[in-house]
Amino acid sequence: MNYLDLFRVTLPETALEVAALVVLVVDLAFLRKAPLQARATVAALLGVIGCGASILMMLFQSQNGLSYPGTGELLLSVGGYTAVAQAGILVLTVLTLFLLIDSNFTRHVGEYVAVVLMAATGGLLIAAAQDLLVIFVALELLSLGLYILTAFAKHSGKSAESAMKYYLFGGMATAFLLFGFSYLYGIAGSTSLHQIMLAMYRPDAAATAPLLYVALVMVAAGLGFKVAAVPFHLWAPDTYEGAPAPAAAFIASVSKVASFALLIGIATAAAHVFGDAQVARVAVVAGGTHSGYRGFGAPWSAILIALAVSSMVLGNLAALAQTSVRRLLAYSAMAHAGYILLALAFFSYSAESTNAILYYILTYGLTTIGAFGVVAVVERATGSDKMDAFLGLHKRSPILADVLFVLLLSLAGIPPLVGFWAKFNLFVAVLRVSAGVVPFALVALAVALSAVSLYYYLQVLKRAYVMPAVDDTPIVAHPVTMGVLILIAASVLALGCFPALLQGWLAGF
Amino acid sequence: MLALTIYLSFAGALIETMLPKTKAAPARWFALIVAMAGLALGIAGFASGMGKGLVTFVDMPWVPSMGIHFRLAADGISRVLVLLTGLAAVAGVLFSWNIEFRTNQFFAFFLALIGGVYGVFLSFDLFLLFVFYEIAIVPKYFLIAIWGSTRREYAAMKLAIYSFVGSAMVLVGLLAAYATSGGHSTGLAELAHAGLPVSFQMWAFPLVFTGFAILAGMWPFHTWAPTGHVAAPTAASMLLAGVVMKLGAYGCLRVAIALFPHGMDPWGFSFAGLTSWRDVFAVLAVIGIVYGALVALAQTDFKFVIGYSSVSHMGFVLLGLMTLNQVGVTGAVLQMFSHGVIAGLLFAIVGRILYDRTHTRQLAELERMHLSKRLPFAAWAFVIAGMASMGLPGFSGFVAELQVLIGAWVARPWWTAAAGVGIVIGVAYTWRALQKAFFADALPTPDEHPRTGWPKFEAITWPEIAGTALLVAATVVVGVYPRILLDTIEPAVKTLLAGGAQ
Repeated sequence: MNYLDLFRVTLPETALEVAALVVLVVDLAFLRKAPLQARATVAALLGVIGCGASILMMLFQSQNGLSYPGTGELLLSVGGYTAVAQAGILVLTVLTLFLLIDSNFTRHVGEYVAVVLMAATGGLLIAAAQDLLVIFVALELLSLGLYILTAFAKHSGKSAESAMKYYLFGGMATAFLLFGFSYLYGIAGSTSLHQIMLAMYRPDAAATAPLLYVALVMVAAGLGFKVAAVPFHLWAPDTYEGAPAPAAAFIASVSKVASFALLIGIATAAAHVFGDAQVARVAVVAGGTHSGYRGFGAPWSAILIALAVSSMVLGNLAALAQTSVRRLLAYSAMAHAGYILLALAFFSYSAESTNAILYYILTYGLTTIGAFGVVAVVERATGSDKMDAFLGLHKRSPILADVLFVLLLSLAGIPPLVGFWAKFNLFVAVLRVSAGVVPFALVALAVALSAVSLYYYLQVLKRAYVMPAVDDTPIVAHPVTMGVLILIAASVLALGCFPALLQGWLAGF
Repeated sequence: MLALTIYLSFAGALIETMLPKTKAAPARWFALIVAMAGLALGIAGFASGMGKGLVTFVDMPWVPSMGIHFRLAADGISRVLVLLTGLAAVAGVLFSWNIEFRTNQFFAFFLALIGGVYGVFLSFDLFLLFVFYEIAIVPKYFLIAIWGSTRREYAAMKLAIYSFVGSAMVLVGLLAAYATSGGHSTGLAELAHAGLPVSFQMWAFPLVFTGFAILAGMWPFHTWAPTGHVAAPTAASMLLAGVVMKLGAYGCLRVAIALFPHGMDPWGFSFAGLTSWRDVFAVLAVIGIVYGALVALAQTDFKFVIGYSSVSHMGFVLLGLMTLNQVGVTGAVLQMFSHGVIAGLLFAIVGRILYDRTHTRQLAELERMHLSKRLPFAAWAFVIAGMASMGLPGFSGFVAELQVLIGAWVARPWWTAAAGVGIVIGVAYTWRALQKAFFADALPTPDEHPRTGWPKFEAITWPEIAGTALLVAATVVVGVYPRILLDTIEPAVKTLLAGGAQ
């Protein structure tokens, strides 16, 4: 490895970093006196250009990835699920940047955009990382960015409080993760994911089984925190509620995509150990595992199943009781994370699982950004994100109400919207990996709970469409914001009607 | 050609949302035109399909990687139900002529619901069928919640949750059938021929059947139906009872029975006299018939009488399906059509013609109004509808229920005996409602002045007359000359029961 190789692999990340610096310089040097909205527009546009350049750079990346000198063990992968996740991260980042134009939570827009871009860089690296150290550094880069973004509304006590909570929980989770990593290194003598997985299937690996279980639980705790899986979810409702809306949208979408990409990376590395020839199913369900050592797959999927079930159940049930739409979105995010964890617990080496998970998380990210966009507009007009702030929305802004209608029903999984396809794909992927009783039961549970979810999404829509308005004044949003929201709703509908579009694109990697 | 009904309805719904909000007339007329075009297409498709078996309109890959096809087709059963949907849609628009509040949105939801219903009846890919089935849920919620009456938000949410739970059960069955059959295709014919293992069908059948039957008002999952029907605006109750409940029954037949026929095989043991899932569901259907009729007998709210009578009549449909013989299942399909028309008519009379003038649905209050003299049109219409509902010869209900009972007799005689009790009670509750609402001679309350004449009700409008005439004509024509539908239904049922190409 020389620096030229590194540069050729990290071209997209480099482009983002350069863009972050350019934003800072332009904003601080040239636009000090300009009005806030002009500065926000310029900063957001520069950020968008940076993301665009980053996507372009992906075409010129060296296609082999980056390896340790001499060993051929991957540090950063290129192509495959990494490319999909990276492109998704960049597109979702662009959408969250557009939400900035209409907000007024901070005067430091240049810094805000720069931090967003740096956090996105962390996301790109996470999606590519194949080595414990790289994973750790990239996760920290993303997390630190998120803590800052959460606290960005300096005049809001809630923002500061939630950032502090997020930071404390995050620090704890990181400690767990690092502790788990240290055990993994102890077992395998390597930080490369591939080497670690190989070590776990060595003949003498059973001797270190207890160590492995501790390590896996620790790692699951650290990563479960990132994806807001119950019981590591406590930060999510507060952060979703307290963070400025564009930052909350970023946390809810981009950081989720990156974290799930990492989980895909771990599962893929495990599946690779079996090689292409064998039907590689990482997840063989916990049934009968007590008899002996089953390598990485069985304990890992047992842990993921536990996380998935608790997330689905608690997320959906707690969302029923929420009065704040942001908190509702936080709990529903846990539920969605639960569904995805199910697919990660029953993961197959064939592209099907990977594609189903990516499809789900990307479309979920898209929908959530839209939902936060609507919440942000309503919040600016009414000063509240309570459900009652949405009363009579169909009168106050018919377009906004229609956008919300499409997005929330998609989250509930009503066809022909994209959320339904995502769920269907995901559940089919689970059932295809294993046709036993346990996956059937878990899928049935997930489907039943998504029936529950319709109730709370309808609670919001009921206020928007059914109940009488308290206040009839129209809600006006910035045309760019409206444009982005309409675009998101339209693509949720279009991807739902023509699901093969995105699936075909995913299958191309 | 029939496939156009789907596109037309959805396009109509979309255009309705763009019509001016403040003016009601354009929205009404446009909705009427769309609904009539749908009915015309339904009639034309019905006529041109006579004597033909399954006709495929569209069959193209939708999600190639998963073997999901966009496959629209129609056999005799579909054609009859599409015709019913067309009738219900036109009548529904006519009886919603008085909607003044957010009119264009009302008809947008109305047409979207109709489009979803057409889609279910014409889908021959299980996945596509499911998509349309779910599309129909959301408009129902908003139709009831926004334009409804008695406890509308409660009733709307109850209906939505029941429907969604039912469809969740169907979805689990769908996923399981798809994965078990190897995950190559979701076409109904392909799945029927996939040779699903009997042990799998044994649990998939009750799951999917129950999922669909929730929407068909099967006891004890019927409780959404009376509250939903009562709370809904007239047109929505007409659609709910007229076609939406048929979606459930149709799914039971087209999906549960056709795909999982071995799910109805005997268990090999007897539990409380029941030896198979077929017995279980037949017993539930019979309970529904008798229970619905008994509860209807005790209602004080006129609309609840009709609501519970729907539960009772849909029991006949489910019982007919569970006979699994030619005559019984044919009767079930005919009963779907018949009940769709008759229930629509009853709800129109009670919810629109009466309620809009008297502003009450309480039988105790209607008793004092001498409605047979003051609203002779409504009284006549209800006499006819009531006779049809009781199952008198000359109306469609007679032919349908007779066939169901014959089929049930062939299968298990005591089913017929029990269901016969339901018919007798059916006469009683219809008679009671008729007598109390129209022909009671209770004395007028002192504050009314019979000498100067009662205050005039507003005159019957032309949409009401047209809608009533349309529905009465439909039930009489089928009652007098049932072959018109039976010739189309019978071959399709035969193929379906033989498990042949669907």
